[in-house]
Amino acid sequence: MNAQAPALAARGVGKRFVDRQTRAAVVALDAVSFEAAHGELTALVGPDGAGKTTFLRLAAGLMGAEAGTLQVLGIDVARDPQAVQNRIGYMPQRFGLYEDLTVQENLDLYADLHGVPAATRRDRYARLMEMSALGPFTARLAGKLSGGMKQKLGLACTLVAEPELLLLDEPTVGVDPLSRHELWEILLGLVAERRTTVLVSTAYLDEAARCAQVVLLHQGRVLRQGTPQDIRSEAEGLSFTAVPATGDSVRRLQARLFDDPPTIDAVPRGGAVHLVRRDVRPDNPDAALQAVLAGARIEAVAPSLEDGFMVLLDAVVGGERTTAAPGVADLPAGSVSAAAEPPTVIEVRDVVRRFGDFTAVDRTTFSVRRGEIFGLLGPNGAGKTTTFRMLCGLLPASSGFLRVAGHDLRHARAQARGKIGYVSQKFALYASLTVDENLDFFGGAYGLRGTRLRMRREAVTTRFGLGERGATRAGELPGGYRQRLAMAAALLHEPEILFLDEPTSGADPPARREFWRHITTLAESGTTIVVTTHFMEEAEYCDRVLIQEAGRVLAVGTPLEIRRQAGERDGRPPDMEQAFTAIVAQARAAAGDRVAA
Amino acid sequence: MMRRVLALTRKEVHQLLRDRSNLMLGGVLPIILILIFGYGLSFDVRDAPVAVVMEDASPLAHEAIAGLTLSRYLAPMIVRDMPSAEALLHAREVDAILRVPADFSRRYAGGDAQLQVILHGVDVARARTIDSYLRAAVGQMALREADRAGALRGGAAAGGPVSIEQRMWFNAANTSTWFLVPGLIVLITTLVGAFLTALVMAREWERGTLEALFVTPVRPIEILVAKLLPYFAVAMLGLVLCLLAARGLFHVPIRGSLEVILLASVCYVFVSLAIGLLISAATKNQFLASQIALVVSFMPALMLSGFLFDLRNMPAAVSALGHVLPATHYLELLKSLFLAGNVWPMILRDTAILLLYALLLLALARSRTRKRLE
Amino acid sequence: MRDTLYRLLNICRKELLVILKDPANRLVLVLPTIVQSLIFGYAATFDLRAVPYALLDQDGGQAATELIARVDGTGFFERVATLHSEAGFAPVIDTQRALMILHIGPRFEQRLRAGGPAPVQVIVDARNSNTAASAAAHFAGIVAAFNQDWLARHGAAGPALTIETRAWFNPNLETRWHMLTALIAGLSMIQTLLLTALSVAREREQGTFDQLLVTPYRPFEIMVGKALPSIFVGLVQASLILMVATLWFGIPLVGSLIALYAGLILFTTACVGIGLSISALSASMQQAMLYTFMLAMPFMLLSGLATPIKNMPEAMQWFTAANPLRYGIDIVQRIYLEGVGLGTLAGDIAALAVIAALTLPLAAWLFRHRLA
Repeated sequence: MNAQAPALAARGVGKRFVDRQTRAAVVALDAVSFEAAHGELTALVGPDGAGKTTFLRLAAGLMGAEAGTLQVLGIDVARDPQAVQNRIGYMPQRFGLYEDLTVQENLDLYADLHGVPAATRRDRYARLMEMSALGPFTARLAGKLSGGMKQKLGLACTLVAEPELLLLDEPTVGVDPLSRHELWEILLGLVAERRTTVLVSTAYLDEAARCAQVVLLHQGRVLRQGTPQDIRSEAEGLSFTAVPATGDSVRRLQARLFDDPPTIDAVPRGGAVHLVRRDVRPDNPDAALQAVLAGARIEAVAPSLEDGFMVLLDAVVGGERTTAAPGVADLPAGSVSAAAEPPTVIEVRDVVRRFGDFTAVDRTTFSVRRGEIFGLLGPNGAGKTTTFRMLCGLLPASSGFLRVAGHDLRHARAQARGKIGYVSQKFALYASLTVDENLDFFGGAYGLRGTRLRMRREAVTTRFGLGERGATRAGELPGGYRQRLAMAAALLHEPEILFLDEPTSGADPPARREFWRHITTLAESGTTIVVTTHFMEEAEYCDRVLIQEAGRVLAVGTPLEIRRQAGERDGRPPDMEQAFTAIVAQARAAAGDRVAA
Repeated sequence: MMRRVLALTRKEVHQLLRDRSNLMLGGVLPIILILIFGYGLSFDVRDAPVAVVMEDASPLAHEAIAGLTLSRYLAPMIVRDMPSAEALLHAREVDAILRVPADFSRRYAGGDAQLQVILHGVDVARARTIDSYLRAAVGQMALREADRAGALRGGAAAGGPVSIEQRMWFNAANTSTWFLVPGLIVLITTLVGAFLTALVMAREWERGTLEALFVTPVRPIEILVAKLLPYFAVAMLGLVLCLLAARGLFHVPIRGSLEVILLASVCYVFVSLAIGLLISAATKNQFLASQIALVVSFMPALMLSGFLFDLRNMPAAVSALGHVLPATHYLELLKSLFLAGNVWPMILRDTAILLLYALLLLALARSRTRKRLE
Repeated sequence: MRDTLYRLLNICRKELLVILKDPANRLVLVLPTIVQSLIFGYAATFDLRAVPYALLDQDGGQAATELIARVDGTGFFERVATLHSEAGFAPVIDTQRALMILHIGPRFEQRLRAGGPAPVQVIVDARNSNTAASAAAHFAGIVAAFNQDWLARHGAAGPALTIETRAWFNPNLETRWHMLTALIAGLSMIQTLLLTALSVAREREQGTFDQLLVTPYRPFEIMVGKALPSIFVGLVQASLILMVATLWFGIPLVGSLIALYAGLILFTTACVGIGLSISALSASMQQAMLYTFMLAMPFMLLSGLATPIKNMPEAMQWFTAANPLRYGIDIVQRIYLEGVGLGTLAGDIAALAVIAALTLPLAAWLFRHRLA
């Protein structure tokens, strides 16, 4: 095979689907042309519904294109999909591991299917096990692995044949930063050592930044193809950092900046606000911007790939936001008294939860005050979900004391549940019911009815931009809208506390920004938020975060305190992701020592 | 090719062995059914309670009902009067009433005596059987009387002028177990074949395990073969259990050759498996697949195959529908092989039909299973 | 109180919407029920028609001809072959061309005129024991009539004794009446069991169960919310079959419709209790389906629908005591065909009430204790 020829070449690829409800054709891909060079990493990025998954499925020969040609490893996929499938590795978004088979059995299956000879198998297994750190768990059923381990096993199954081309569809969704890091090390190693070609779709721009080429898809079209540097340069001179003046908070500053129309992007980062502005030069602010900044200190910084991405998207979408700018009017009542210390609404004391002889949560103590955004962080399998489920009253604690919204969870679970809202990780509303039917049901579940229910429904649908979709079935909503519907359903009854389990997992950057804007507004108006996330930069929106590992609390504090706890780097505290990685790695090393001793 | 099939089959076997519910359906349900069919189900009427109302207490009247007490099928009980007998029938304490009217002796002398039978007509088969037993029991009196008359004329021994020498071929005692057991085999193979396979393939679609599997060198036919093999084994296990029970527990004769039984069963198991695979390829949804499997394979095998109800009795259209079903041919064949022996014309015809169905349905399942997500 | 009612109504409404909004679901609930009741209405019959038989008449005399004429004349037996020797017996039976062979031996007439007995041989294919018994009984009837007439004509008549038979509740002894009325309970039981067994398993698989559990609904309320709609759907199913029975097949409804529905409500409640218990015990939809199936089969077979419970061995009779279908079929048939009131059915009602009273709390308990 000619090393110069591209591993994958798309020319004018088009694909349409028929909408089941309206019978109208929906364009998924429209004249997509690009090439992925041999032996390189190419990232496919773009907002939800851009056509990333469809493109990968076409390339894997799982679907047929209506227009254009798609050459994979020099073969026309449409003509001979089997020839392509013999030579590539494909990891779908939801890798269908056989959950009732063990790790080893899953691996063996794929090794056998790819005809990996027994002689080479031992070495390869050993390497895959080392890379994925799955070695100790080969006899465990795949269904019993944590989310991150499942993804790594999926990747291991895909890699077992050492394919020439890897197609990976969002391989790191729901994977914790440590595992994500490990996974990428595996990929980079493959490309470096074996000149494997990799085409990976991802919602994490920091991952795309590690690729040689980035293809930005938007609504089925290629918006831009280039090196990360090319895309980064789109935001050249538009990226800044704003350090809030004393007395102001990062979150408030971020919110004000975000709501200011010329802003393309504003996120809290390292105790300041990272900012991308469209036209106005923030380092020389006009009066309007000065009002927004309220004395914040502005500095120009080098743009990130994400900045370039946001600028490119902004150019097509024009900064249009699909949800209503959250005003204060429709927010749940609850006055923020600046003077008094807000009361404690969640109290967790010495809580232990065991499953058989396995301790999922071990003597955990923390409390959350009203109006706080409280982040639960930790690697996959650290006990976050168990803690979360106990707080929501879904799971009783084995021992210890839990008080939520003024109710002891041992005695008054139903009362406590009436005061909380819960958005689960997986979409968990009734897919066959319409948006309105779902909202009516959940409203009714919390005792809302009549005019009150109608008013609340109106308020949340307006707020989350669901107004026109009242009659759409929840299952047919695009991903982002499902997320909003889940939020709307959880907020109908104006809960005192909102629990969010990995709410932004798999969401694209603009959607995540909007989502967090809603969260910060809610917190401002007195709603307490407890949230888990694997996006460490999102932890910076939190007032305080807790890091869990192996069921134990490693650290609790403000993002700044956490970063300081991890130690300084080059005279400055590390960013949240580095801090998190360092803290967890330290704990793991200590645990290893204890076992060794 | 072989290696991939082996790998997939191994996977299938692991999954099969790890889910208890599968094994229960494949192994425990046949045993339960065998016990139910062998011991619980019987169309044979034994000791059917009959209320006898003697409005005429004469010796002649007693003679009229004497046959009832001798019958091992009937359990007569003398009841005071009609209202209490009717009350018993209403409460279904008795299956029938035999009434000997007050004028029985008088009219008997006159030559037109009449007995009255009232049947509980809800369970029709039972009612008919009881009716015929009652007639036979009462008829004995007529025969005895006729004998006496005949004896006067100097001649005959027992029995009427024309007696029936009845021979039940293949099932001399006409026990229903003998004909239920072949039907049971059909039910179990249908159930395991169609129902289980319809679920397993649909489950893979539902859980999304096929997407990654498709993008490997594996061919659709290999996926199908790997699904067929383990469930074929489970179905054959059910079959062997049934055969053992047939011989060991119920002493059903196997007059035909065991080889032919196995050959025909293999064909039919493939038919069932193919139906299951087709259903799941078409629906890709477990709930729907199970419902369809129930409606197109199991229920017809129960109702339209000639198992419970003889196809000969049905309206032409329904009977024709029954004759289209593979289960009907398999059942016909099994019954003959068990009870009659090797009837070659039937064996050749029915196995050919089953084989044809198997090939056709498997080919259809193959063409419906494509490595595509649309 | 009113709040609780509203909330219950709310969850029932949701459950119904979930069941009925899916077009495939709707189809599955309605179409098979109607098709099955129609097919079974036609197929389920033990009433023999046109029994094919073969004849070997080695006598050929007048009496034999008369007997044969009687056999052919009933319309019940249909001669498909006239044989010339006993060698023809096996092929014609083996291949199922004929169900019965009538063999009249060479000295039939001679023996008959000598005062009998003059035997005729009847060979019946007993591979289907029902059909065999039925055909043999029919033939015996023909011979009995022949005998009586023969005796009467030849002056040796014993006194004629006739039996007048009437059948209550089903005057023409139509199997269909028995079958369809039983199916009203049978088919709706299968659907109700499956629907409830799947309802929780489906919510578990789709993740909506957790969302439901974080609402202030108590396990008991969730259970009621699952139970009532299922009972409703079960009743709709029963009504469909009821309509097929009355409107299409014209089986007269003797008893009171209100009593019938009262009985059915209790019956479906008991089924729902069992279905919900299965549901709480199953980890996946597949398990729920398989377990339902494994329970529904014995329920159907040992309900008295196929064979009377009285004929069963002691141990199985004990099992049938826990079988709701046994009581359900009894209630439906006795109200529908016999026209009895609920008072007469106190035993059935009590049994169903006990099943419901045991299984519903069991399901609620399982809900609570399997949340983890």
